[in-house]
Amino acid sequence: MTTVAEGTAKVELRGVKKRFGRKIVLDGLDLAIAPGESLVVIGGSGTGKSVMIKCVLGILRPEGGEIFVDGQDVTHLGGRARDTVMRKFGMLFQGSALFDSLPVWENVAFGLIQGRGLARDRAHEVAIEKLAKVGLGPEVAALWPAELSGGMQKRVGLARAIAAEPEIIFFDEPTTGLDPIMADVINDLIIKCVREVGATAVSITHDMVSARKIADRIAMLHKGKIVWHGPAGEIDASHNPFVDQFVHGRAEGPIQMEVRAV
Amino acid sequence: MNVLAAIGRAVFAFFAQTGRLAVFTASAVSNCVRPPIYWYLIGQQMLRIGYFSLPVVGLTAFFTGGALALQIYVGGNRFGAEAVVPNIVVLGITRELGPVIAGLMVAGRVAAAIAAEIGTMRVTEQIDALTTLSTNPMRYLVVPRLIAAVVTMPLLVLVADAIGVFGGYVIATQSLGFNGAIYIKNTMDFMTSDDVRSGVIKVAVFGFIIALMGCYSGFHSKGGAQGVGTATTNAVVSSSILILAANYFLTSILFR
Repeated sequence: MTTVAEGTAKVELRGVKKRFGRKIVLDGLDLAIAPGESLVVIGGSGTGKSVMIKCVLGILRPEGGEIFVDGQDVTHLGGRARDTVMRKFGMLFQGSALFDSLPVWENVAFGLIQGRGLARDRAHEVAIEKLAKVGLGPEVAALWPAELSGGMQKRVGLARAIAAEPEIIFFDEPTTGLDPIMADVINDLIIKCVREVGATAVSITHDMVSARKIADRIAMLHKGKIVWHGPAGEIDASHNPFVDQFVHGRAEGPIQMEVRAV
Repeated sequence: MNVLAAIGRAVFAFFAQTGRLAVFTASAVSNCVRPPIYWYLIGQQMLRIGYFSLPVVGLTAFFTGGALALQIYVGGNRFGAEAVVPNIVVLGITRELGPVIAGLMVAGRVAAAIAAEIGTMRVTEQIDALTTLSTNPMRYLVVPRLIAAVVTMPLLVLVADAIGVFGGYVIATQSLGFNGAIYIKNTMDFMTSDDVRSGVIKVAVFGFIIALMGCYSGFHSKGGAQGVGTATTNAVVSSSILILAANYFLTSILFR
């Protein structure tokens, strides 16, 4: 299944299973992500892309299978051990998920202040620095998240995700709901930020423009399993009926749209 | 057959819900004693839960005290015992009505606000975001609200007691023809520290219920705006019912 050599994967999922009630969302998912690569997982709505990420992050507990981070089994980790592993992760949420009770700079510095106990004035400096990295001036720092447009919130979310210089960054639908220009800005920022911190990136999206742009490797998720994966350049020559249907956005094909969300 | 299946589902749902609440409560309480404790968040919540509830609790206590005085006067009048008004007012307010009124008013105000806030954080993935930023949502969101509610509710009820008795005093002296000095003397002679203490213990438990049900409903809200609305309603309804039930059991335990 994987092209990553045994034991060297940054993140590895082996036979991960997750269900909600009777609905099976992840059905023995296998996936390995090499250090420093940018993997994009594509798939229709409701195919379990978000659930996969949440299982890795420990927000959801899988019923079966194992998840490894740097070779360490983190599937059933809890408490302090889980906190230590969490420090390796950063995440950009689909709706940005900024804390609306805190100003922009405290959002960006949240992980530094709460997670790592950095002093507030020092954290403020770091926040300004990170905001500059995503193209936002220091005047934005004092604003409230509700005062920002969707695209600006995404940028702040990105600044927050990279603030603690994580080793692995997840992007959940980073371009959904943005106009094409802002989407491209975000794509560029993702590439730039991931390179700068040398992080491993895992993005989930159904935006093929975005996928082609940010991916080293693409994997396609369908019905809780990876049905195809390969280098981003080979996506058009996959000869996989699922991938072809998805990439060309055809209603006809092996993929039938699920009515119910998870 | 379908009827039995429906009953079975309802029973299972009830036990599942009770179990979830029990697990949530255990987790919340155990996190109260584990660092880090966010002191400034506790302070912020004390202000929101306690201080900003003062006007509404004070007003309801005043009118309740007044109405109580009128009713006791009418009732006492039937067997020539109008003079017991100050005694019964202070007993009723400190032991029963002060805590219950404060509990129910704060349940409406605070449990709803907590459920709406945490519920919105849940549906906008802010709670998940906390986890990814190495912050335990239980410790960051639930513990400060629980501690703040348990600490401030007793202070709030002391104010409510005083204002409730004052309400009775105003009505008794202004429209029932009581002498102010005698009214106060009767009140002070009759009231015991046990009366106040039982009310304070009760209301601390009510505070726990309010914060717990607000947080629990918010944490488990589903879907979008409608889910948050349901969570808010559930928080107010469940905390109000639990307060009244707990009130009965606490009264029977503390009754002397």
